[in-house]
Amino acid sequence: MDGTIFLFLLQDGVINGAVYALVAIALVLVFGVTRVILVPQGEFVAFTALTVAALENGNAPPTAWLLLALGGLAAISELVRHFRDLTVRRLVRIALFDLALPVALLLLTRALAPMKLGQVANILLAITLITPMGPMIYRIAFAPIAHSSVLVLLMASFGVHFSLMGLGLVFFGPEGTGTAPLSSQSFALGDLVVTGQSVAVVAVTGLLLVLFAIFFGRTLLGKALRACSSNRIGARLVGIPTGAAGQIAFALAALLGAVSGVLVGPLMTVAYDSGFLIGLKAFVAAILGGLVSYPLTVLAALGVGFAEALFSFWASNFKEVLVFTLIIPVLAWRSVYAPHAEEAE
Amino acid sequence: MKLPRSSLIQAACAVAILILPFTGLIPDYWITLFNYIGISSLVAIGLVLLTGVGGMTSFGQAAFVGFGAYTTAVLTVQYGLSPWLTLPLAVVVTMIAAALIGAVTVRLSGHYLPLGTIAWGIAFFYLFGNISWLGAHDGMSGIPPLRLGSHALIHPRDYFVVVWIAVVLAVVATQNLLGGRVGRAIRALRRSTRAAEAFGVNTAGAKLMVFVYAAMLAGLAGWLYAHFQRSVSPGPFGITAGTEYLLMAVLGGAGRVYGAILGAAGITFLRDQLQDLLPWLLGHTGNYEIIAFGAVLVLILQTSPNGLWPILFGPPSAPKLPQPRAGQHLPERELPAPGTPLLQAEQAQKSFGGLVAVNAVSFEVECGRIIGLIGPNGAGKSTTFNLITGVLPLTSGRIEFEGHPLQAQTPQRAAALGLARTFQHVEIVADMSVIENVALGANLRGHAGVLRSIFRLDRAEEALLFASAMRQLDRVGLAEVAFEPAGTLALGQLRLVEVARALCLNPVLLLLDEPAAGLRVGEKKALARLLREVRAEGVSVLLVEHDMDFVMSLADRLVVLDFGTKIAEGAPALIRQDPVVLEAYLGGVS
Amino acid sequence: MTAPLLDVRGLSVAYGRAEVVHDVSIAVTQGALVTVIGANGAGKTTLLNAIMGLLKARGRIEFRGADVSSVALESRVKAGLCLVPERRELFADMPVEDNLLLGGFRRTRAERSQTIEQIYARLPRLKERREQLAGTLSGGERQMLAMGRALMARPTLLMLDEPSLGLAPRIVRDVFHILTDLRQTGVSILLVEQNARAALEVADYAYVMELGAITKQGSPTDIAQDPRLVESYLGLGGNEY
Repeated sequence: MDGTIFLFLLQDGVINGAVYALVAIALVLVFGVTRVILVPQGEFVAFTALTVAALENGNAPPTAWLLLALGGLAAISELVRHFRDLTVRRLVRIALFDLALPVALLLLTRALAPMKLGQVANILLAITLITPMGPMIYRIAFAPIAHSSVLVLLMASFGVHFSLMGLGLVFFGPEGTGTAPLSSQSFALGDLVVTGQSVAVVAVTGLLLVLFAIFFGRTLLGKALRACSSNRIGARLVGIPTGAAGQIAFALAALLGAVSGVLVGPLMTVAYDSGFLIGLKAFVAAILGGLVSYPLTVLAALGVGFAEALFSFWASNFKEVLVFTLIIPVLAWRSVYAPHAEEAE
Repeated sequence: MKLPRSSLIQAACAVAILILPFTGLIPDYWITLFNYIGISSLVAIGLVLLTGVGGMTSFGQAAFVGFGAYTTAVLTVQYGLSPWLTLPLAVVVTMIAAALIGAVTVRLSGHYLPLGTIAWGIAFFYLFGNISWLGAHDGMSGIPPLRLGSHALIHPRDYFVVVWIAVVLAVVATQNLLGGRVGRAIRALRRSTRAAEAFGVNTAGAKLMVFVYAAMLAGLAGWLYAHFQRSVSPGPFGITAGTEYLLMAVLGGAGRVYGAILGAAGITFLRDQLQDLLPWLLGHTGNYEIIAFGAVLVLILQTSPNGLWPILFGPPSAPKLPQPRAGQHLPERELPAPGTPLLQAEQAQKSFGGLVAVNAVSFEVECGRIIGLIGPNGAGKSTTFNLITGVLPLTSGRIEFEGHPLQAQTPQRAAALGLARTFQHVEIVADMSVIENVALGANLRGHAGVLRSIFRLDRAEEALLFASAMRQLDRVGLAEVAFEPAGTLALGQLRLVEVARALCLNPVLLLLDEPAAGLRVGEKKALARLLREVRAEGVSVLLVEHDMDFVMSLADRLVVLDFGTKIAEGAPALIRQDPVVLEAYLGGVS
Repeated sequence: MTAPLLDVRGLSVAYGRAEVVHDVSIAVTQGALVTVIGANGAGKTTLLNAIMGLLKARGRIEFRGADVSSVALESRVKAGLCLVPERRELFADMPVEDNLLLGGFRRTRAERSQTIEQIYARLPRLKERREQLAGTLSGGERQMLAMGRALMARPTLLMLDEPSLGLAPRIVRDVFHILTDLRQTGVSILLVEQNARAALEVADYAYVMELGAITKQGSPTDIAQDPRLVESYLGLGGNEY
């Protein structure tokens, strides 16, 4: 392998790693606040890319219908769960967030889509459609079992992943598509051709990571989310509503997933089920970061991206095998180094 | 020999199932469906053992089905071996793979374990799909059918018999295994690893055994699948399939063997129906049934996390106990003469980081004495207990038991030396009957292993173990609830169950951590009487207790700890008047 | 006589089948320091957790004249009910100052910055350590921080669970000084303690809890002189087994 190939692989690895980093950060955030290992995180990524693709073709994306479906389910779940202590405030919230918002977005997309407003509008619309799905999913699937063990939550998470993937097939169909590059320019750096797309990926990821660092480091809300993962009882005792914190964490996860979807759309062909693998590789990075540390997770994500690029050069058929086998020694090491107590049921 | 009625009913059901397809009442389509249910049931039964009983959630079980299927596919297609010959080979290959994978997996803690199974589950899926001599993504076809003489078992009806004989055998073997000595140890693993270890269960070994057993059933299912389907490809062995098997086990009721069959039937029927219905509803074909599977999984977890079986059929019934032959009982150990030194702690020290929990504590326990270990909250009593029983290693100093140093001791070794303990927070297997919980105490006094359990060759020994357990239950006054699930007892009764379990070990030294907490006055009196009786037999007791009346009237000597340091030692009457002790208990600011 | 600030009536708490608090009634009047003492395992911690809303309980909990027994924990905090738990439950991987700020999560920004200065003035040690991670503090400092964090919520009633647990006598003295100080400023206090003498010395009214029930109540001097108190701790001549 010569230097050029190495640089090329490095660039490839950094781009993939940057996307994995965004997804992995979302996984760490959600796990910290809610103890849910968010298997369906990848679906946010895939659905966003498919939404942008539909908008580029001037079609109204089926995402709006999916959002309405999820909103309906969230409303039903909320009504069943709070059957006995239903307040007017809660009813208004359900009506506004779960029903009015999806309907409004549905009408908006149907009006805007044929106008082909251009890339920026498409991206913003896609992110707006995907982000509310996060808290809706939290309320449908996880809020009723918020106090269960990590294992129960993990199984439920797989259930949500299955259902969402199936719904993705219903709404988006089986075909994969790509989206227009964020920038079609490119420039040479020595032997290496750097594409504008890769610069955009790295820049957007970097910007988001900085924004998140500020959010978690400087704002009271960000600190409150960290407090939930640091000490749940402590967080409740100072009056942080952990259920609302869970919804915010899911909203942020969906937002991060949506941005990742915008970034990967031009890099690969995305189908309804493409998110799972992206999510799992990000998940490898999240585990490497111990599901706790954000900086370690970002480093690990870059590492996974680079390892994947190397593996696909040396043994492309076995790249997935190698990436996922990588995780086992890490888990074993973690089990010895940071064993957690038997979980009470 | 007279069989119990429930066995007769089960046997009748088994025969009825096997005859069913030949009655002509059932269309072939349904028989095929039943075959798939049977094959899935095998995997789900393994998962019930692994997840529901052993507490290890595996998303990767489909990979072991793949090992079984691919092994027989390669050996029959490429090497022309007879399928009957590849049956043991497929199962053994799967078991070896499971032993290697399991050696790492069972050591993963908490949620790292299921994550590990996801990782290797996916890795094997891609491995199957990329190895050219396994046919890569296209898989292998042309697998020969099973043959009986010249008759090929191709018709679903013929194959039905093979599949369901396997299921019946798996059910019987698994029930036998769970009912035996090893089974009790496995059942204790999930609910209370600490209790299992304290009575000599080798946790990692038992977990690995369960892991390999579950994989064996999956490998068998793979072999059946390959010769029924007559072709294999990576698809059915991936993480999605693995999750479906888990869904079957959870749906039926993780922990219940028959629940696995119920779950497999439910999911297979659901898939079959949805595969017809959904494309018709949605207008095009696709893998839509996963929407429903996901929703079902989430709904079960939200509404009935114990699965359907307990809802439909109630809690498990207590086991039928074999009766020991007259005059036979377990050998009991020789106890040293009363008064001989038994346990010596010398300058025992334990620090956690900078915090010194036990600070240079020295005391002695003699044979046939009751020694009280008391002190205010946080004084270091429980830590001292854990040091003696090998749960925690000493930082410095030494603790000797009958001349054996207890440094770097494991709980299993401590149990083998004759140290039996109870726990401050009750460690009882709630879904196991009271008498089985107590019999766990005699774990080290039995020797029957996996094979003897499966083939029911452990009956004589089991009879002795249960006779001993019954005797101890009788002593603590709980004989009449022996066959109730332990979870239905009150806290005070559970403490007594723990005492009975500890006595069942035939201990030299009994370590009791707050045995009287939550007991009513009458129960306390009975417990005190029992402990005096035990002392008279020559057993020593080390007693941590907050009920001062209780400990003061029982103990021969008291050791008082405060802030990890011994502040007093002596007869109860002296301790009561010791100003230092009074100060420690009632505190003071000035 | 005005209604008490906190009025708990007929409270029972069960873990599964085992009831650990039976039919407990206690009251705290405005501005008072009330203590519940009792041996380990008497159910004191469970009682506080139930009043705070960490545990489900049967019975009536009235706070500032309103029934809060079915009100969410975070609303109880907002209403001025705060608990310093036995295990402190600090945010170990966050700095002291963030721990304090989060204590004021339910208050306005202006209230937070005002209160934090008051707390720094009262507990200068915390100001010195403001940038240090909570997990690296000593036992005494952690207790100070836990109290400081609770005070950030500007509680009307501060409940403390075994604040002296695991602390050296000198630091216990500091903690109790802070409590008497606080009462001067008008905060009502419900103190659960195993360290009976220290608690009785500072309290206005005391309850004795045994095996999940209140067995005695009265002025601290009466309780302190009751021979039964010593019995409930050291079992002097009670039951013979």
